[in-house]
Amino acid sequence: MEAGVLIFLTSGLFLGWALGANDAANVFGTAVGTRMVRFSTAAIICSIFIIIGAVWGGAGAASTLGKLGAVNALPGAFMAAFSAALSVYLMTKAGLPVSTSQAIVGGIIGWNLFSGTLTDATTLTKIISTWVLCPVLAAIFGAAIFKVTVKLMRLAKIHLIRVDAYTRLGLIVAGAFGSYSLGANNIANVMGVFVSSSPFDDISIGGFFTLSSMQQLFLIGAIAIAVGVFTYSKRVMMTVGNDLLPLSPVGAWVAVVSHSIVLFLFASEGLKYALESNGLPSIPLVPVSSSQAVVGAVLGIALVQGGRGFRWRVFGSISLGWIVTPVIACAICFVGLFFLQNVFKQQTFRDAPHILSNDVLDRIAKEGVSESALGAIKGQRYDNAVALDQALTKIGKYSTRDREKIMEFSRRAPIMIDQKFFTKLNRGPLSPERLESVYQLNGRYYPYEWMFRDDLSKSSRSWRKKGDERYNQMLKQDLQFLIRLFRAK
Amino acid sequence: MALPKNVFMFGKSKALEHKIDEFLDRLSESALLFDLAIKSYLSDGYSEDFAAKRKDVNDNESAADVLRREIESQLYSQTLIPESRGDVLGLIETLDDVLNLCESSLWAFDIEKPKIPDEHHALFKELTEMVVQSVEALARSSRAFFRDFDRVTYHNHKVMFYETEADKVSTKLKRQIFASKLDLAHKMHLRFFVESIDNIADWSEDVADRLAIYALKRSV
Repeated sequence: MEAGVLIFLTSGLFLGWALGANDAANVFGTAVGTRMVRFSTAAIICSIFIIIGAVWGGAGAASTLGKLGAVNALPGAFMAAFSAALSVYLMTKAGLPVSTSQAIVGGIIGWNLFSGTLTDATTLTKIISTWVLCPVLAAIFGAAIFKVTVKLMRLAKIHLIRVDAYTRLGLIVAGAFGSYSLGANNIANVMGVFVSSSPFDDISIGGFFTLSSMQQLFLIGAIAIAVGVFTYSKRVMMTVGNDLLPLSPVGAWVAVVSHSIVLFLFASEGLKYALESNGLPSIPLVPVSSSQAVVGAVLGIALVQGGRGFRWRVFGSISLGWIVTPVIACAICFVGLFFLQNVFKQQTFRDAPHILSNDVLDRIAKEGVSESALGAIKGQRYDNAVALDQALTKIGKYSTRDREKIMEFSRRAPIMIDQKFFTKLNRGPLSPERLESVYQLNGRYYPYEWMFRDDLSKSSRSWRKKGDERYNQMLKQDLQFLIRLFRAK
Repeated sequence: MALPKNVFMFGKSKALEHKIDEFLDRLSESALLFDLAIKSYLSDGYSEDFAAKRKDVNDNESAADVLRREIESQLYSQTLIPESRGDVLGLIETLDDVLNLCESSLWAFDIEKPKIPDEHHALFKELTEMVVQSVEALARSSRAFFRDFDRVTYHNHKVMFYETEADKVSTKLKRQIFASKLDLAHKMHLRFFVESIDNIADWSEDVADRLAIYALKRSV
């Protein structure tokens, strides 16, 4: 890896460090603060499970952030993460509660504005509604789990000393689960912006499993989080333990469990597919704030106890953070990108022009967009998504779905199937059948991604979608691997 | 590594539970022995049987002291029950005081060998019974604190009841003693023994009051 690449990753690593330093306390804060669990125990468990969660469960929430804005050049990703880290730092200095999830969204929108990329309104609405939903859901879980736990404990009549031992074990298990969920849900904040411009290639380890380019990024990010846990989180744990409401160890356990369930719900692809395949409404996979989940859970417990002793002001300042944090990060990112581009001469984004060639129009028509509506934009070229969006608005006869299709299929991102990448291809995650079909396309050039996808599915059945969501997700990952590998420079 | 130690702590916490249970056993056993010793003294005066019972209470108290120290040091060295550690220590120490009072009262009988005229025997017996009942209720209340703290109030109510009854009997007994024809020194000597027995119930009530607050803290 080049040194330059590493320099650009530093802002993400710094953000990861800050996340580890602050958010580990949400998982193990009370346990360590009340000395129920030793810091060394907490730090080891926390780090291990954050890494596992990030590498194996981080993809879901990261893909949502990717939909908000696929930051496609490393210097751009650097600035998005840096602006998020800087706003986290500034907000913390000002004593305001802050979340990396909210900061990074601001950073990405800043990059979108600078690069002329369209911010997907549906995804943004989904993300923001999740932020509100997160503490509310945590409060509901907190209240319910607390009530049930207290009732069960009264029924079970366990000795005080044994309750203590169970609580310690419970805090460790809940902490491990919480760390996994934190890693899975929040790694997207730290490394998500680097996914589209990842400098890594997929590697297969002993032929048993493959560590994708994204997973390698997440591994590095998770290690940065772990460093944050070991170097700085003890201080935070010792001070935040009883910040909101003095909690008994059992109450603390309930808070950690509720927090972890909420983070898990917003990160678990498995659960999402299980719900979808049973025809149930699924949960959006979005990075949420771990601190706000804990505040929500503690509020739930406080309400069950009659609302005494809870510091309500904290709740007010959280909603302020929903607005202030992304706005600050967005502004810093925009200004920072300007300097990076014009003073330091870095390419902060790759052009993604939209060209509405005849091929594109035919393809869009196949997707059900009426051809008569397409006449007005035929043969046009737009420098970026925003320009095309403005043109479509001016014409004004397209539904949201039509516009999405036009956007998706007209984006020019050439792919060249070049033999020189075949060694890397062989080391990747593809099955022999899929590999064979890629070899057959050797030497072909595709000006649009969809052309490549269509050709693949024509050449082999193994590249076609099935009714199984999980299978389709894996298929998508394989496709992304190919697109990254063969993208024409 | 730190993890296995925490997991294996289940064994240690079980041992600690046993120690607390054993401590409470010692307390209620001492109360029963106290009852037998006083009754023996009243029927036979100072006898071998009384001395043996007094010695049993003595041994119980020493064993309870050892248990108390072990419980205290284990609670602190293993940083167990951080939020109610102070309460548990306070409880164990004040319960130990109840045991000490039983022991010192019997020692006073052993050393001073008071002469108790027959007409006072019935009230002495009644007083001892009330006192022993209050200590037993206290032991039950303490057990409830550890396992089923909703029941603490129920047992505490019994402690209060027997303490009040003991007070009534002791007042009656003191009036009876001072109305008798004994000389003043003898009357005052007997009053000391009435008070030393009644004191045990008074102290039990104080412990029960603390226990009520500890239980309230746990229920929140």
